[in-house]
Amino acid sequence: MTIQFNDETFRDDYSFYNSERAIKRFPFPFHEDSYMYSVNMEQHRGGPADSVYEKRFDVDEHYVAEMRDRAMVLADDPLRCQSLPHMTLAGWDLLELIMVSKSEDYPDLFELHRDGNNWRWINKPLGIDDSFVFLDETTLPYGPMEYITRQAQGDFCVLDQRDDNLWMDAGMVTTQADWSLDFDIGMNFFEWHAPVPLAHEKGIFVRALKFLLNIQQGAPARRLNWTMTVNPLLDTSPENYHKWGIQKTTLTPENIGAKQHLRVELQTFFRLPRSNALVFPIRCYLCSFQDIMTVPKWGRRLHRVIRDLPEELATYKGFIDNRPMMLDYLKNFDDGQPTSAGIWPDLETEPSLAK
Amino acid sequence: MSGAEKIAVTVTDIVPLNDLVTRFEFKRTDGALLPTFSGGAHTVVEMQDGDITRLNPYSLMSDPMDQTAYTISVRRDDEGRGGSLFMHNNVAVGDEMVISYPVNLFSLDLRARKHLFIAGGIGITPFLAQIKQLERFNGHWELHYACRSESLGSYVDELTGHHPNETHIYYDDQDQAIDLVSLLDGQPLGTHVYVCGPKGMIDWVRKTAADEGWPREAVHYEEFLAPQPGKPFEVKLAVSNKVIHVGEQESLLEAMEREGVDAPYLCRGGACGQCETTVIDYTGNFIHRDHWLDDSEHASGQKIMPCVSRFEGKTLVLDR
Repeated sequence: MTIQFNDETFRDDYSFYNSERAIKRFPFPFHEDSYMYSVNMEQHRGGPADSVYEKRFDVDEHYVAEMRDRAMVLADDPLRCQSLPHMTLAGWDLLELIMVSKSEDYPDLFELHRDGNNWRWINKPLGIDDSFVFLDETTLPYGPMEYITRQAQGDFCVLDQRDDNLWMDAGMVTTQADWSLDFDIGMNFFEWHAPVPLAHEKGIFVRALKFLLNIQQGAPARRLNWTMTVNPLLDTSPENYHKWGIQKTTLTPENIGAKQHLRVELQTFFRLPRSNALVFPIRCYLCSFQDIMTVPKWGRRLHRVIRDLPEELATYKGFIDNRPMMLDYLKNFDDGQPTSAGIWPDLETEPSLAK
Repeated sequence: MSGAEKIAVTVTDIVPLNDLVTRFEFKRTDGALLPTFSGGAHTVVEMQDGDITRLNPYSLMSDPMDQTAYTISVRRDDEGRGGSLFMHNNVAVGDEMVISYPVNLFSLDLRARKHLFIAGGIGITPFLAQIKQLERFNGHWELHYACRSESLGSYVDELTGHHPNETHIYYDDQDQAIDLVSLLDGQPLGTHVYVCGPKGMIDWVRKTAADEGWPREAVHYEEFLAPQPGKPFEVKLAVSNKVIHVGEQESLLEAMEREGVDAPYLCRGGACGQCETTVIDYTGNFIHRDHWLDDSEHASGQKIMPCVSRFEGKTLVLDR
């Protein structure tokens, strides 16, 4: 299917929008009517046709606009992209993984031609046609990780593996849910997760680390995570909190359907072959409440999840003050009927709203 | 499914190196390229030995960037349960086999300013791949390699020929020994030491390095254990609701697989931790042989690594 790239913004006038197709393929993160942390990992080997799970690196209608937004963030704050000296080989691994995956999965958009270490990369949506020598940094305009992640949606954490731990030693982070690469760089898995409530007590991180350390070549994994964002902002970083934090107070009962977005992260994990590092792409999908409500099952379920979420989690995710207003809006889309299991919209089988 | 992803390969070359060691080369049967890997990685080779499926880990020794073929070297163990004997006696050029994707439990610490390799015997193999990886990026390394004798010194000529300044060889039968204390004492700050060889050598290097004040994080080691034969025993598997018999020549993990129980594994050599299994009840003694659990866990009677460890006694109930 050919992708029409949206001309849209994630700042100022917020002209971001989801087409009907994008709404249907939105990765709704709740598989049941309640939510608690779990090590909800599964293998990342494709999924239903046109779902965000289908390809190794999903490319959608927001691709060109997201890359434009990333370039603006980097121009203002170059520290959003960092790579410690020993991580260059992992950067080449990542460049190869993304180029090979995208050229195989989207041959009409991306081409990779390889003759030994002489490579030619064609990125049609962004108008790029570069020839370079693989493993020779001097032949690219940026380091290998920065070069390829300026052309790939989502944030990328490149984690070194040593001493039975993972270390945040490189990354490209411009679309994050309120955490900072510049603050976390060089930290290990437990250190960078220290602010998360409840999950430590449940032993989630010990189990998650064990799982991640054992992710092997050829067997990538994935999970979903979520939070809430007012206005379709990609860059909700601590560095810019003074710009976006205040926007949470602009919600009204009239504008909440359009302004309040559910923010979902498709997190994937790949073992990198040459460096034995682990790459952790965090792909952000935004969908307004009013667009989610066009799927009756999701409307019912979102109300129940937000209503019953423990206070610590609503506080950590930054929407505790707006929760009453959200519930006033969402309850109109919950008629009390049961919902089918799983995350899929089930538009053909789920009843429409009965009120 | 347990274990790493599988690759169908064809044996394309077999080269006997000396009385004990033979090298095998594999290419993909479908003609495609193999995955690249990082130096220190191993592959698990599946051997169809009659009714028995043997799964043995071997370090990849070829150039990690060479995607056309993988090579391993297998040391014949006449006392073992037969995996290496099968490779030596039953495998021929043209045979089709199944190997796993590369898994690395012994990777280079790429922060190191210098890599100091200490090898004993067949323990040389992971270093051969690591040396090729480092040479490509102008890495700083040095190898100290102890062999029993000149005739059993696998790859000595290749190493001293290509890397005369970095390679140091020691022959046991000529009473040559690594002077480890001075070797460690002379290293620049930021050096990491890696040891692969017999258990005694690994213990010696780890202890000496610790005594000399080396940080634990700067000392890396790998030893794959082969499961050892032992007295047969019975195990109750609580989750599968089965009682199985572990024969003299098979491991507990192999017995579970034979009975169709999908037990997790990766290295099958007591190193990776994947097959760690909870003990629900027991009367008897464990024969723990792994490197994964620590001494207190071994003493606790609560965990067992079924790839290499055994049991002697009346009752053993596992959470599997």
